[in-house]
Amino acid sequence: MTLQTLTYLVVGATFALYIGIAIASRVDSTNDFYVAGGGIHPIANGMATAADWMSAASFISMAGLIAFMGYGGSVFLMGWTGGYVLLAMLLAPYLRKFGKFTVPEFIGDRYYSKAARIVAVICLIIASITYVIGQMKGIGVAFSRFLEVDYNVGLAIGMAIVFFYAVMGGMKGITYTQIAQYCVLILAYTIPAIFISLNLTGNPFPQLGLGDTLVGTSTYMLDKLDQVVMELGFAEYTTNARLSLTNMFMYTMSLMIGTAGLPHVIIRFFTVPKVKDARSSAGWALVFIAILYTTAPSVAAMARLNFMQTMEPEPGQYMKYEERPSWVSNWEKTRLLEFDDKDGDGRIRYSADPEVNEVKKIDNDIMVLANPEIAQLPNWVIALVAAGGLAAALSTAAGLLLAISSSISHDLLKGVFKPDISEREELLASRVAMAGAIGAAGYLGFNPPDFAAGTVALAFGLAASSIFPALMMGIFSKRMNKEGAIAGMVAGLGVTLLYVFQHKGIMFVASTAFLGDLPANWFFGIEPNAFGAVGAIVNFSVAYAVSATTARPPEHIQDLVEEIRVPGGAEGATGH
Amino acid sequence: MTNKKGYWRANLRLVFGCMVVWFIVSFGFGIILVEPLNNIRIGGYKLGFWFAQQGSIYVFVALIFFYAWRIGKLDREYGVAE
Repeated sequence: MTLQTLTYLVVGATFALYIGIAIASRVDSTNDFYVAGGGIHPIANGMATAADWMSAASFISMAGLIAFMGYGGSVFLMGWTGGYVLLAMLLAPYLRKFGKFTVPEFIGDRYYSKAARIVAVICLIIASITYVIGQMKGIGVAFSRFLEVDYNVGLAIGMAIVFFYAVMGGMKGITYTQIAQYCVLILAYTIPAIFISLNLTGNPFPQLGLGDTLVGTSTYMLDKLDQVVMELGFAEYTTNARLSLTNMFMYTMSLMIGTAGLPHVIIRFFTVPKVKDARSSAGWALVFIAILYTTAPSVAAMARLNFMQTMEPEPGQYMKYEERPSWVSNWEKTRLLEFDDKDGDGRIRYSADPEVNEVKKIDNDIMVLANPEIAQLPNWVIALVAAGGLAAALSTAAGLLLAISSSISHDLLKGVFKPDISEREELLASRVAMAGAIGAAGYLGFNPPDFAAGTVALAFGLAASSIFPALMMGIFSKRMNKEGAIAGMVAGLGVTLLYVFQHKGIMFVASTAFLGDLPANWFFGIEPNAFGAVGAIVNFSVAYAVSATTARPPEHIQDLVEEIRVPGGAEGATGH
Repeated sequence: MTNKKGYWRANLRLVFGCMVVWFIVSFGFGIILVEPLNNIRIGGYKLGFWFAQQGSIYVFVALIFFYAWRIGKLDREYGVAE
């Protein structure tokens, strides 16, 4: 059977599974649609959260980024996992006790203000839409690369699948498909990693293989890697910091608090039965995430070493172009890998010096996608990687779309414009909003705006500087009032947007970047992607200053804060 | 008899302790102290590098379950359990 047929079969089988789950989990109440009836087991919710959280970027791009950044790539590993500690201790249990459907709903009630709720909806929609564009692109790319169908056709198929289970099943349908998607993506990620680790180090655990010796020698894998990258003039793998330690500190912090403040992750914790389940469910989510996140650095280092040794099989002897391995010529066809034999000696010289370097282009994504071929694994593993990439993109897109549609139908429509709407009408509205959100995300996937690449970082910056501080102060400070919270959110958001735009251009149009994208102009050398943490500090400071000079929140709000701080007496999530 | 104020103070102490550990293993060992720690090795791993790419994540997982266990005990001690 050809690889093509096999890939169609494996991907087709996973899609049939998702549709089957969708039919089995249709819903007929808003409670089911928004929070899956609040009856999801904490371990199941942890698995769904892991799939929801790990996007096409985690699955396909992250190991490739780390492979070329070395130690500097640690910001993603620590940043995207450490946020769950904050979530488990500072937000999830209290928001679950509050027991409503959406994140803006908490902000609106806690700050007794429709204005605060609307500001939160705006932050949520901007953060989630920017995020979902990346997923839509991931779906189109995965289809076109593995199934050799047109990007637009692939995107349309992906949208149809998400439409089917998200509109029909809401949070319930999404939760059960995410559990299936987690299983697909984690198998697709770990199987090639285990074989690569076995090939290189003889250790079946990639996490241990990374610190082990190479097969048949007493040289440690990482020492060998450091040695070969430095011979070609690259920075030492295990110590290469990203810009500076200050920048790494702020970048990690921004990703951590951004993670804890992303609404599509938070609402997953509204689906478990009890407050104590919200706590343990965050732990389970991190267990399932850590399986991939502790494997990723091994995949990164081993793929980099394999690549280096392909390029330079013997010290000083570069790869002969005519004798290149088949995976190299396969990926050349996709133009993700390009060579240019400048001196015409028939060998491809790889070097950190751009003058003599003949590897014209090497896309980060190859590091994960080509792994099965490099390790010479059977075709079904390659097919599984295709299905895994699609599962990662689909599950994250669905979670984001639910966060968007529930904030439209529940926060804007029921909460602000038409409070007397019946439950049946609201359920219909939420399905229409879901269909609309899929349509809008699809449109942006078909016509990716120029700024798409920069926007995922913006999503984290927004969540870190606006939503996270507002939620945390709403729980931990009884004194925080609506004036303080709104001023804080606007100030945090404003500072972050201003900093990103002044260096990256307004809406990422580079020519409008009035301070230039130059490290010399950066505040303490902090890159724009890492600025969310500074925005959060501004948010906290402004909020405290403003609330100290304005009236205390009313008595019933202070009682509400007392109430959410203790687990006892939690009701099932309800909109009434 | 429930004692909500005492429960909240005990919770804050517990959260603060966990946050200190969270900060030390990631920002402390993984970033600020990475260079001195890299002089210590476990197998092929430099210790600072190991904390940044492996160790901090394992500690995060353990920390959440530790918190969930301790706060569950406090819930019962202070009579505020569900």
